[in-house]
Amino acid sequence: MDRFLDISQLSVAFPKAPVPVLREIDLQIARGEYVSVIGHSGCGKSTLLNVIAGLLPATAGGVVLEGREIEGPGPDRAVVFQNHSLLPWLTCYENVKLAVDQTLSKAMSRAERSDWVLENLALVRMTHAKDKRPSEISGGMKQRIGIARALSMRPKVLLLDEPFGALDALTRAHLQDQVMDIHASRGTTVVMITHDVDEAVLLSDRIVMLTNGPNARIGEILEVDLPRPRDRLALAADPRFVAARTAVLEFLHTRHANPALAAA
Amino acid sequence: MNMLAPKPAATTPAALSTPADFAALPKVSRLRPVLAQLLPPLLVVVALMALWQFAASGPNATLPPPSKVWTDARDLITDPFFDNGGLDKGLFWHLLASLQRVALGFALAAVAGILVGLLIGTSDFAMRGLDPIFQVLRTVPPLAWLPLSLAAFREAQPSAIFVIFITSIWPIIINTAVGVRNVPQDYRNVAAVIRLRGPAFFWKIVLPAAAPYIFTGLKIGIGLSWLAIIAAEMLIGGVGIGFFIWDAWNSSNLSDIIVALTYVGLVGFALDRIVALAGRFATRGTSAS
Ligand SMILES: Nc1ncnc2c1ncn2[C@@H]1O[C@H](COP(=O)(O)OP(=O)(O)OP(=O)(O)O)[C@@H](O)[C@H]1O
Ligand SMILES: [Mg+2]
Repeated sequence: MDRFLDISQLSVAFPKAPVPVLREIDLQIARGEYVSVIGHSGCGKSTLLNVIAGLLPATAGGVVLEGREIEGPGPDRAVVFQNHSLLPWLTCYENVKLAVDQTLSKAMSRAERSDWVLENLALVRMTHAKDKRPSEISGGMKQRIGIARALSMRPKVLLLDEPFGALDALTRAHLQDQVMDIHASRGTTVVMITHDVDEAVLLSDRIVMLTNGPNARIGEILEVDLPRPRDRLALAADPRFVAARTAVLEFLHTRHANPALAAA
Repeated sequence: MNMLAPKPAATTPAALSTPADFAALPKVSRLRPVLAQLLPPLLVVVALMALWQFAASGPNATLPPPSKVWTDARDLITDPFFDNGGLDKGLFWHLLASLQRVALGFALAAVAGILVGLLIGTSDFAMRGLDPIFQVLRTVPPLAWLPLSLAAFREAQPSAIFVIFITSIWPIIINTAVGVRNVPQDYRNVAAVIRLRGPAFFWKIVLPAAAPYIFTGLKIGIGLSWLAIIAAEMLIGGVGIGFFIWDAWNSSNLSDIIVALTYVGLVGFALDRIVALAGRFATRGTSAS
C-alpha cells in the first residue's frame, strides 16, 4: 500500500500522566484517501490529530508524510479546529488571506493570492460574507470559513477535528456534501475526527475505530467500499451502507461501550 | 445556501423604502429606547436638585442651594471662555490647561506602559522580576509622588505631568501584560500551522488579541489621571481646574466650587467615554466572539 502518511508505533503521553493516552498506533494512509477516526469522547482523537498536525510531540514512534518525518506544525497539514478558531478581529476574507499570504507568498503574486482567496471562499460558498467578521456569521458559516482557510494553504493532508460537531443536523448534512465535493474536486487527503457514525460511513474510504483510553489503540479498521459520488438519500437504504453502519455501532456500543456510561 | 440568498437584499438601504408596514417599525423602536435612556437620569437630576434646594435653604445651611449657585456663579456658568488675564479666566481655559497636562502625561504613560506590558507579558523572567515591584508601586497614592517629583524636576509643570504619568502607568502595564499572556491557545495553534513567527506573529496575533485588555488598562489609566491632576494642581498652583477650586475655597466662593466640580465630573466622564469608544473601534468584533 502507498504510504503517503505513515503513522508508526505512535505513543503519546502527557507530562504527569502515568498512562499514555495513545499506545502504539500504526496507520498508513494513501494519497487522496478519506479516513475517519471515531471513538468515545476523551479517548484521544484530538490528541492523534494534533500529533499529525505537529502541534503535539510524539512520546514514542512518529509520523512520516511523503517520506519526511513530521517535526512541527506546517501548512502542508492544514487543520480545521474543533471550534473553528477564526481570528475575530479579521473579516472572513482577511482570515483566509492571512493564511494565503503566509504560506503561498513565494508561489503567487499579490493579485493571484487575492484571486485564490476568493476562489476558496467561493468553494465553500461564502463569497457573500467575505467582508463580515466571525462574530457576525453563524456557526456553520464559521466552520466553512475554517475549511476555506485550511484548503487555501494547498495542504497535502487536510485534518478535520469534528468539523461539524457543533452544528444542527441540516447544516451538518449540507457541509458534509460540500466536503465530499471538495474532496472529489481537489483530491486532497483527509483525516477527519468524528463522533457521528453516519457521517463517518458516508464520507470515508476507511473508518479507524479507537478503543477507550487511556492506552487507546486502534480497535478495528473498516473499509467502506461504497462507490463515489455518494448520495445520502440513495445510500440510506443501501445494504452495504447499513452493514458498515451496524459494524461501527456494534464496535462502539457493544464491544467498547462508553466507559462513562458503563460506570454509571 | 439557497435560503441565504435573499439575505443581502434585506440588509441593503433599499429595504427602507418598502411599504408602510416596514417603515412603521423603526419609528417606534428608535424613539422609545432613547426616551427610556434619557428620562430616568433627567428625573433623578431634577429630584436631587429639589432635595438639595430644600436641604440647603434652612437658616443653618452651610452650603449654597442651587438657586444661589446660579445667581452667584452665573457668569462662570454661561461664559466659560472669558479671559481677563492672570488667573481670572473662564472655566474652559482652566479645564484646557488641566487637559493638556493629562494629555501629555497620559500619552507618555500609554506608550511606556504598553511597551513595558508587552515586554513583561512575553518574558517570564521580566514578569517574575517586575511584577511584585509593580504591584507594590501601583498602590502608592498619586499625591505621594508629588514631593519627590518636585524635588527631581524643580518646576511645577513637569512635576504635575510626572504625577499623571506615574499614576496611570500601572494599570496599563498590568493589563497589557495579562492580555499578552492570555492569547488563546487556539490562535497560537493557527499561527503555528501557517508558520507565523517572530514580529509578524506579534503584530498579527498577539497585539490584536491583547487589544481589549490594553484598552481596559487605558480606560482605568485615564480615570486615574483625571483624579490625580485635580489633586496635584491644588498644590502646585497656576492655571488649571484643580487650582481654580483651591483658589475658590480660599476666597470662600462655594458656588464657584460647585460649578467647577460639575465640569470636572463631566470632563472625566467624557474622557472615559472617549477611551472606551476608541477601544470599541480598535477591537471591533474581538470581544463579541
Ligand atoms: N494538555 C493535556 N494534558 C494532560 N492531559 C490531556 C491534555 N489534553 C488532553 N488530555 C487527556 O487526553 C485524553 C484525550 O484527549 P483528547 O482531547 O484527545 O480526546 P478526544 O478523543 O478528542 O475527545 P473529544 O471527542 O471529547 O474531543 C483525555 O483523557 C484528556 O483528559
Ligand atoms: Mg477532541
